[in-house]
Amino acid sequence: MSTFLGMPATRAGRGPSPDAAPGTLGGVGRPEDPLHWGATFPHAAKAALANEQLRRNLGNATSTIRSKRARVVGEVPDWEALRDAGSAIKTDVMARLPELLEALERNVTARGGVVHWARDAAEANRIVAGIVREKQADEVVKVKSMATQEIGLNEALAEEGIAAVETDLAELIVQLADDMPSHILVPAIHRNRTEIRDIFLERMADAPPDLTDVPHELAMAARAHLRRKFLSAKVAISGANFAVADSGTLAVVESEGNGRMCLTLPETLITVMGIEKLVPTYRDLEVFLQLLPRSSTGERMNPYTSLWTGVTPGDGPQEFHLVLLDNGRTKVLADEAGRSALHCIRCSACLNVCPVYERVGGHAYGSVYPGPIGAILTPQLTGEKSDLPYASTLCGACYQVCPVKIDIPSILVELRAREVELAGSSPDAADRVWKAAMKAASYAMADGARFRRAARLPRALRAISRHGVIRRLPFPGSLWTRSRDLMEPPRQTFRDWWAEREDDR
Amino acid sequence: MRIALAATCIADAMFPQAPKAVVTLLERLGHEVVFPAAQACCGQMHVNTGYLAEAVPVVRNHVRTFAPVADGEWDAVVVPSGSCTGSIRHQQKMVLERAGLSSEARTATAVSARTYELSELLVDVLGVTDVGAWFPHRVTYHPTCHSLRMLGVGDKPERLLRAVEGLELLPLEQAEGCCGFGGTFSLKNADTSAAMLDDKVADVVGTGAEVLTAGDWSCLMHIGGGLSRGGTGVRPMHLAEILASTREAPVHPGDRQEVAR
Ligand code: SF4
Repeated sequence: MSTFLGMPATRAGRGPSPDAAPGTLGGVGRPEDPLHWGATFPHAAKAALANEQLRRNLGNATSTIRSKRARVVGEVPDWEALRDAGSAIKTDVMARLPELLEALERNVTARGGVVHWARDAAEANRIVAGIVREKQADEVVKVKSMATQEIGLNEALAEEGIAAVETDLAELIVQLADDMPSHILVPAIHRNRTEIRDIFLERMADAPPDLTDVPHELAMAARAHLRRKFLSAKVAISGANFAVADSGTLAVVESEGNGRMCLTLPETLITVMGIEKLVPTYRDLEVFLQLLPRSSTGERMNPYTSLWTGVTPGDGPQEFHLVLLDNGRTKVLADEAGRSALHCIRCSACLNVCPVYERVGGHAYGSVYPGPIGAILTPQLTGEKSDLPYASTLCGACYQVCPVKIDIPSILVELRAREVELAGSSPDAADRVWKAAMKAASYAMADGARFRRAARLPRALRAISRHGVIRRLPFPGSLWTRSRDLMEPPRQTFRDWWAEREDDR
Repeated sequence: MRIALAATCIADAMFPQAPKAVVTLLERLGHEVVFPAAQACCGQMHVNTGYLAEAVPVVRNHVRTFAPVADGEWDAVVVPSGSCTGSIRHQQKMVLERAGLSSEARTATAVSARTYELSELLVDVLGVTDVGAWFPHRVTYHPTCHSLRMLGVGDKPERLLRAVEGLELLPLEQAEGCCGFGGTFSLKNADTSAAMLDDKVADVVGTGAEVLTAGDWSCLMHIGGGLSRGGTGVRPMHLAEILASTREAPVHPGDRQEVAR
């Protein structure tokens, strides 16, 4: 049960959790646009920070997985070489993506699969719904997938009267609570097991009425619930971790085995895959199947790796559809500075080490892609003005762990530059104040003589300092002094001291 | 050696005790320190906030000021800041190239190749870990993010500290965790920054140290502000200030009088 990463129990006893909003069990609800919802990052973060329980849940879960990852990565003597190889393969894929995608289409088709191309979310949802309708199914089982979260597939299917059942345990919890995922790998990381018990009791009709919050019991309840679904479903929908261009093979990597059930039992399988998930050859999987489990769950190897190529008569699904999803990816690919965001293999290591994510959680990012990767991917996919590029201290922890070496801090800086350009024409007062301040600072800091005078200005603050510190400043200085003191500026700047010293010599 | 000092704008204006300590320390080790007066700032704040156009004149001024190191007029440039060294090494070239200033970008690369953060200069270039310092206090060290991950200074600062006579170095929990400063992050995301700061302050207090040290006054300004607000009594000091302290001329924790006169 790798989804129960350090989730603490907090409340004993029965009855719904006191925090649960009526009807939603504390879920944030399903937004119109899975890539852009909720309040601005600073506001959503502020609300999340006020939730002590959430901070404890996240702190425990991320620190558990951080240390697991560090331990298993430390065992691999050629880890850096593997990262280099992963990065090189992905760079190669991006350089010849059209050619490789066509090869994939040829090979999937030759092995009895059907390939569909979807420009955007609406088109992908239409294609999937069409296939399900054709099969006259009103319920489908789903393998955990970020691509289908990104396009809001479940909601689109619901509008067509088709119920999509998430079968990954954490994804099921999120779905039952009418919530959004808050982590790429562990979408219910913001929930503790008492909350999960409450969600099951309220929303899972076949949950045993005497269910407790013991992880094993919760897992068994979900297992019994899902078994029935696996055995009755005619259609399964999955994402893909990898697709091999030269063989047409698809790969799903998971921990629970529920994905394997979906991939093998139903008659029809539909896979929705972002076009960047390609690797050129079967052999390349060797690199990623080492990088991914160690980076994501902190395991040497994940329990289930499912590989399938087209359709095999008499074995597994007899109809296979592959939906290749663009949804903004070619736009990202066209951008030299940002394109390496497409190298991401969704391991979530960057989330687990991110000091910002650890404190505010996934929902603050207002996108199905949270954390450092979300901060560079979401604004690029949507192309909209965003505050996510600023949701980082540029501490570099993400870059250090990323198995495909995406230089997230540098891309954040590039995206900030783009935000500044977008803000150039903005009527927003804050944007204009920032611009004016930066322009003034640029003037003062581009010349030694000018800076000599500017550096003396803070001295005026000595008038309001007490015991060597300033405890209160007016806005915008209050943003600083609200939580910390400002040390009193010196009587003499360094360069004035130096000049004096030179004169004395 | 003839070593040019890039004092950094923030230390020049706010924390002159750090560059002064660098001067004291390097002169004590027998080197000549020069301070090119045309310097102002490396451009990091503008770059990291996304104001790349506004960064150009700032970066150009830095590169022009320190260009003589590339011609051998000075042997090295020393910077008492991990993040400014990181910006000089990893961002200045990008800023100039984007502005179409390719020859200045080449100069920037040549300058950055001879630019060192203080612990790098001491350990790698000058080959010393024992600088003859005396500082009889309990100290904990925060490895700032850019020193640690952008520059990869590793344990150089700790090796320098361990060689200081009388100094007791106390290990910091979650040492590698960011303090939440992040330049303008502390203003744009003030609440998140404060939450990170709270955790760092608690870990620093937990060490029982009298002094918190680091290689960067920007992070020290942040954590120090939190330590002061919390009434913890722990004093922030730059690594250079500790290394400058000797029996003959001791530096006392948090003593800014000598500087502030
Ligand atoms: S950006 Fe890197 S570390 Fe983050 S999820 Fe993607 S592959 Fe993993």
